[in-house]
Amino acid sequence: MVLIRDLAIQGAQMFLVLLLAPLFTGFVRKVKARLLRRRGPPLIQPYRDLIRLMRKEVVLAENASWLFRVIPYLVFAATWVAASLVPTFRTGLLFSWSADLIAIIALLGSGRFFLALAGLDVGTAFGGIGSSREMMIASLAEPAMIVIVFTLALIAGSTQLSTIAAFMTSPAVGLRVSLALALFALIMVAVAENGRIPIDNPATHLELTMVHEAMVLEYSGRHLALIELAASLKLILYVSLIICLFAPWGIEAAGADFPALALGGAGYVGKLAIGSFLLALFETSIAKMRVFRVPQFLGFALMLGLLATLLRFVSASF
Amino acid sequence: MSRIDFDVAHLLAGTLVLISFLQLYQDRLYALLNVYAAHAFTLAASVAWQAFVQDAPHLYLTAAIALVFKAVVIPVALHRIIVRLGIHREIENVVGVGPTMLAGMGLVALSMVVMLRITHDADPLAREDLAFALSVVLLGLLMMVTRRNAVGQVVGFMSLENGLVLAATGAKGMPLVVEISIAFSILIAFIVIGIFLFRIRERFDTVDVQALDRFRGERR
Amino acid sequence: MTLTIVLACAAALLALAAVAIATGTAVATARMIYGGCMIAAGVSLAAALLHLLDAAGPESLALPLGIPWLGAHLRLDALSAFFLIVVDLGALAASLFAIGYGAHESAPGRVLPFYPAFLAAMSLVVVADDAFTFLLSWEFMSLSSWALVVAHHRVPENVRAGYVYLVMASIGTLALLLAFGLLAGPEGLYSFAQIRAGHQSALLGTFVLVLALIGAGSKAGIVPLHVWLPLAHPAAPSQVSALMSGVMTKVAVYGFIRIVFDLVGEPAWWWSIVVLVLAGATTVMGVLYALMQHDLKRLLAYHTVENIGIIFIGLGLALAFKAHAMPFAAALAFTAALLHVFNHSLFKSLLFFGSGAVLGATGERDMEHLGGLIHRMPQTAFVFLVGCAAISALPPLNGFVSEWLTLQAVLLSPQLPSWALKLLIPAVGAMLALSAALAAACFVKAYGVTFLGRPRTPAAADARETDAYSLAAMMLFAALCLVAGILPSLFIDALAPVSNALIGARMPAQIGAQWLSIVPIAASRSSYDGLLVFLFIAGSGMLAAFAIHRLASDRLRRAPAWDCGYPDSNPATQYSATSFTQPIRRVFGSIVFRARDQAVMPAPGDTRPAQLKVEVRDLVWEFLYAPAVDVVALAADRLNRLQFLTIRQFLTLVFSALVILLVVLALWS
Repeated sequence: MVLIRDLAIQGAQMFLVLLLAPLFTGFVRKVKARLLRRRGPPLIQPYRDLIRLMRKEVVLAENASWLFRVIPYLVFAATWVAASLVPTFRTGLLFSWSADLIAIIALLGSGRFFLALAGLDVGTAFGGIGSSREMMIASLAEPAMIVIVFTLALIAGSTQLSTIAAFMTSPAVGLRVSLALALFALIMVAVAENGRIPIDNPATHLELTMVHEAMVLEYSGRHLALIELAASLKLILYVSLIICLFAPWGIEAAGADFPALALGGAGYVGKLAIGSFLLALFETSIAKMRVFRVPQFLGFALMLGLLATLLRFVSASF
Repeated sequence: MSRIDFDVAHLLAGTLVLISFLQLYQDRLYALLNVYAAHAFTLAASVAWQAFVQDAPHLYLTAAIALVFKAVVIPVALHRIIVRLGIHREIENVVGVGPTMLAGMGLVALSMVVMLRITHDADPLAREDLAFALSVVLLGLLMMVTRRNAVGQVVGFMSLENGLVLAATGAKGMPLVVEISIAFSILIAFIVIGIFLFRIRERFDTVDVQALDRFRGERR
Repeated sequence: MTLTIVLACAAALLALAAVAIATGTAVATARMIYGGCMIAAGVSLAAALLHLLDAAGPESLALPLGIPWLGAHLRLDALSAFFLIVVDLGALAASLFAIGYGAHESAPGRVLPFYPAFLAAMSLVVVADDAFTFLLSWEFMSLSSWALVVAHHRVPENVRAGYVYLVMASIGTLALLLAFGLLAGPEGLYSFAQIRAGHQSALLGTFVLVLALIGAGSKAGIVPLHVWLPLAHPAAPSQVSALMSGVMTKVAVYGFIRIVFDLVGEPAWWWSIVVLVLAGATTVMGVLYALMQHDLKRLLAYHTVENIGIIFIGLGLALAFKAHAMPFAAALAFTAALLHVFNHSLFKSLLFFGSGAVLGATGERDMEHLGGLIHRMPQTAFVFLVGCAAISALPPLNGFVSEWLTLQAVLLSPQLPSWALKLLIPAVGAMLALSAALAAACFVKAYGVTFLGRPRTPAAADARETDAYSLAAMMLFAALCLVAGILPSLFIDALAPVSNALIGARMPAQIGAQWLSIVPIAASRSSYDGLLVFLFIAGSGMLAAFAIHRLASDRLRRAPAWDCGYPDSNPATQYSATSFTQPIRRVFGSIVFRARDQAVMPAPGDTRPAQLKVEVRDLVWEFLYAPAVDVVALAADRLNRLQFLTIRQFLTLVFSALVILLVVLALWS
């Protein structure tokens, strides 16, 4: 009975993030538009876009290989599996022991690996520019994320995300300097990994300013729909990660009953709304950096994460 | 001293270190002044918290001085100096941001090692706050060493002094007299530096210290 | 009994070498010799597997060969069995590969006699139980691999590679000779059993550590002793490159482990600092060097340096934990290092086989002359992709498992009391993460530029798929990569006897964990289930594909690629290897290699083409080796004058030497 319920919760989590991801993207776009004194697209526009793309025929370049056709499914699968393991309304997910935070980051890294290969597949310069810039950003964002994981693991005593989330809801956590540094660094890395302003412009279609859009330039139809959905899932993954680690109030523990879970779910949706508003505000208020300022930005995040880890190594009260 | 007092004090001291790193990262003058204002604001918050926790009302005055002078008056004054001198350019660093950050990390590690070893049997809160304060002092020195622009060096000097105030309030019992005299000496130094900056600018048309080296008279 | 089987296989390999000298160079003979090597390696592999899985005690044998009062001692214990498995698996696959690849070898007479000898030498190093046998086999291994490196001696860079290799190997052997001499002591107790029974002082232990790092480390490829590796590994024929990178470097790691973890006794706590600093530098420098290359084999050789760094990070952590009496943490770090030894031999050999297949099909090693091979060589492209994914530490393959275990060991380090280690280990962890991310970038470049895109030269456009034997070897290793990633608990449990013997503890038994996951410390702390991750990814991918193809559209149409309105059929406009790494070269390379990109634009009206000059300097060579070479040359010039003395001056030299010796004799007694 408990197993069936836990399985249902895990399944509900998986489909919840899948359904909420386009809504989150739509909400961010709407808020950005309003802040720029436009009306903006309707909130459900991303769903309409995805359905429209899926129904369209795929136009494939003549020399695209089988790898090009398989990669959207691989990227989507890896991102969805990673997103299903981040606690949203309840900790202690059934399969949380199968992949810890390092494995989640590596899953996202494998999605990025294959997407960069897709950029190189057709053999034009656009894909190359996207892939090479994406790998440069990844070469600093991923180590920054790993040192942040070190900090969190050293505070909570585990790398399992459900255990860390449960620790953060308990009173033992306290206000720690290394957590503050880790939060700052995590926000910087999340902005970089999701290709938001100031790192990359998710709404541009000028090739010299693109990173993510340049890699997926050749995709169309259902392939493009899957890649856009994977990008939305990645964004909601990072926001859920920040919420469950640094604003965990309202996430239910493992034994909670249905009304408490519903309340947890409502709390999660509310926190997502606040997060999307803050993200839109942040993106509207600063300009995009030039490309070679990005390594300095991410190097700073890496240094902060390393400093937080160092402080934890030096003394257990940091 | 309860857990929450400990943690908030640590948090504020750590935020001061974080803002020192942010200062090292800036490459525009106005942004640097804004970050320095945040630095002074955090210092004021930290001193106010220490006043609350240690039950020492004279520290509230120190916090107020820090807030009014260092977070408002000095940044505004420097802003005006920059406008009058016409040096709205980027700050030029001696070495790039990357090596500066690495050096900053090394300095923080060094101050941790030194402070936590030599104060082995002291009060835990004071030890760790002292370690953070020493980091802020060293980072301020690093800023002075790695900037070419004189205003950047002045900001480094100011943040160094903030670190000293943090150290002094962390260790209990800093008398107000000491604080007032330190503040006055800083103010005098600041006025003198300001006058000199104007004179240098009038004379040589630049405040880039590397360019100024050419006029020193010793050939290298 | 298993030891005799192993020795019989080694003898069979030496016999095959003799046969190869005697017989001709026909293709059929070559195939038979490679087939014979494969069988011998397979039998030896089975014997070693049996020994390791049975967790039987060590077996010893003393043969009356060699020095009269010493003989040759041989021993097969858990560590030797594990490394013998690595050696024989690599030998088996390389021989299988060579049955197909060796058919178009241009100088078979120079390769065939030395190949079985190389395999035999590597097996003998691993089972040697006294200093003499060890050093003899080590030198034999170096010499036979040198002969293989200069097999294609008409190419001048191969000759230079062989020369540098010979010099570095000699330096390494000299260091090992001194190390064993120090360990044997004034009485000359060369046998390992006698060395273990003796007690060494701390100072002696320090010297032995440094000498072992120079000796074994130079063969493994630790920075700054790595300079021979990227010259020699690409110069050899591809099956030998795979063996040198995938297996011989592991034999060097075996030498290091044997000396530092077994023979020296209790480690001092600060030894781990030296090892960790060198290992961290090796990891980052190796992958940055690899990123700057556009020769496929040289890239893979430099990347071996990075992985050796990762192995030595694990070994350094194990030393730190062992010196501070934390046996379980030491067992975790040690097992992580050994697992990475196994994994790296798998995927590095696979990648070298792939590059050999590409070289055989196109005649090109330079990535910038390749491209679009996924259409011409589909199976090679698939297995090469598996190798690239494995080496970039992507779940659910095996590279991720060993990297994850090493990171878990780093997370146990705050319990260490030493301040230096507390500050060093987070930095080493960050360097490990940085090198993993850079390795992924490196292999996106390697795979993307070589196999994807459009062919850049006619050679790439006309490539054909390789033969069945080469494909079989590559598919075997690709399958093993997947198995080691999905079922890591089996491999971790198999390594338990090794860590028991050398560390005195082992990781908790993995077999009982739920759903075949691995639990390195405790279930509450962390766990990873490769099988479930693989099933989830496969399941969600297929679910998505099924749902979309049924419910939405599954139509497809081919059209020209998007060209922004400028029709462009020249494949030179796509990204090359140099352009792909330009952002990384600018960020990291400008500091580490003083890399400079310079565009030379002719004036308007001038019809010369514009040029892009990329300058990358190897600072280790410039600041360490070039001055050393200059000093040696200078000394040699000065000493050259000794050749041109008159007869009277020669007589004076002899007379003064005699007088000095007599004085020394008088003073000493």
